[in-house]
Amino acid sequence: MGISINGWPRTAEGLGVWEHSGKVAITGYGYSDLERRWDGVSMDKTYGAYAVQALQRTIADSGLSPDEIDGLMVCPDPAGDSWSAEDRGTPRPYFDAPYDSEDGLTIVTTQWLIKAMARAGTPLNNLKFIDDESSSIGQLTGKAAQAVGEGHAKHLLMLYGMGNVEGRYHLEEGNYSSGGRVWSAPWGWMTSAMMQHAFVFLQYCTKYGGSHDNLAPFVLNQRRNGLMTPWGYYAQHEQYQITTEDYLTQRYVAWPNGLLDSDRPVNHVASFLFSAADRVKDMKQKPIYVLGHVQAQHPSKSTMATLGDHEEWTDSLARRLYEAAGARGAEDLDVFNPYDGFATFTQTYLEAFQWHGVKRGDAFDFYAGDIRVEGPHPFNSSGGNLGNGRTRTAMYTDLVEQLRGIAGPRQVQIKHETGACGQVTPGGNGHIFLSVNPSI
Amino acid sequence: MPKTIPVATELTQPFWDAVNEKKLVLQSCASCGKLQYPIRPTCWQCQSDRLEWKEVEGKGHILETMVVHDTRVVRRKGDVPFNVAVVSLDEDPSINFLANLPGTTTNEAPQGAAVELIFEEQEPGKFIHDWQVIG
Repeated sequence: MGISINGWPRTAEGLGVWEHSGKVAITGYGYSDLERRWDGVSMDKTYGAYAVQALQRTIADSGLSPDEIDGLMVCPDPAGDSWSAEDRGTPRPYFDAPYDSEDGLTIVTTQWLIKAMARAGTPLNNLKFIDDESSSIGQLTGKAAQAVGEGHAKHLLMLYGMGNVEGRYHLEEGNYSSGGRVWSAPWGWMTSAMMQHAFVFLQYCTKYGGSHDNLAPFVLNQRRNGLMTPWGYYAQHEQYQITTEDYLTQRYVAWPNGLLDSDRPVNHVASFLFSAADRVKDMKQKPIYVLGHVQAQHPSKSTMATLGDHEEWTDSLARRLYEAAGARGAEDLDVFNPYDGFATFTQTYLEAFQWHGVKRGDAFDFYAGDIRVEGPHPFNSSGGNLGNGRTRTAMYTDLVEQLRGIAGPRQVQIKHETGACGQVTPGGNGHIFLSVNPSI
Repeated sequence: MPKTIPVATELTQPFWDAVNEKKLVLQSCASCGKLQYPIRPTCWQCQSDRLEWKEVEGKGHILETMVVHDTRVVRRKGDVPFNVAVVSLDEDPSINFLANLPGTTTNEAPQGAAVELIFEEQEPGKFIHDWQVIG
């Protein structure tokens, strides 16, 4: 069920400092195991099983008892991937309860999750606020913070996962196209942000100079950071660093976008506990305060949004997030984990936020410098999707770890008292600003 | 290059009917005057539903060109690699189209080049608009 939350979403200009800045904190986090795919038969590796795993680990991390949790928010249906409704096709053979429907296998509703948590011995008996209407981790984090700030819950568990099953998906089969695809599929493009961002990236290169080759240091560094994330896909399954030669000779999907510019779909779920700041004093973990959050949703004017659109939209995003957090600007932002689902658009965020002084057109020079986590400009310390697989949450879990100071070999050596991250693309996203202190 | 054939809706039928007559008509907002493509129920600029049809000349320029090496569109798999350019309309450069630039070799599409509208018959009486480099 969904409850209207006052102040949600924060998409407009000029909203000022977030009304609950510093009054909400992340007090727990946890994540499931990670696999390349669900094999269709292992009941301990379903989306539902991973969801329970992530929630239990988050509760344990927080030190609370399940009875103290009074809010639950999930994205039931990982959007845009192999588990989307249109790609599930005909009903699969189901299993014994609780896997006697799609719910629990490839989607997880709050209703299913509440029952599953009870079966797993961690019943959530005191939920007062339940929401499963959000569609992305970018949205969810802001919405969870807003819900707690508005008093809907004192301790709200938020959950987001990504899934992958066997086979190809989003195929446009047959001789006919319908719906919105009539404007793209005839020319060979269909329902992927890849082409949109490849186009804007080419416009970027035309405007500022440089080429696809200039992304190599960034992509290699994402992989390097991912290899320092023990649970990530590459740290588990492909334990080697890619080289510049690998990058420059990669297989292209839609030039200038190649396989190494694209995140690898995985099964993974992460969870975060958002608590009212007046309840964090005696909690187990150091609170990571939410200073601000903003969202954005921009329709394209025509078939393709342009570089100008993306720059305008992300400039607004950065301006609004700094304003929401009461931050002066990049000088108040220590750790920065912008989204990297395709390598071709991350510089749009980097330059909008002007992190470490990077302005429009500067990203390639910045990438060519020292962006290692142990260096002076530890950009995207999480490794993101490119370094860990398409979790869409690695940048969030890393940010919590960086601000707690527990990121291990990925721990940045620069000041790490504030941080920001977000997801998904410049056209539609949510971002959050965190701090170890309740104000800048 | 066999393209997929669009299935028209009540909203888009006039557009595809015009294409089948080798004409390009766009929506024109009677409230704010903006042209619109792709076809939508309301104006993206002012949200008005007072949208009329206006034929445009069919001249444009290439903004950028990607090269597709793998596509989810099964009917086009045999065509890879192929161009997918983004073409802006000269009459209103905020309007852009996808184009395969037939006749232009992949990786050789001239950025910024002038293009003109063409229509390709996909099955008897069913056309698709595309754009071709001039000269």
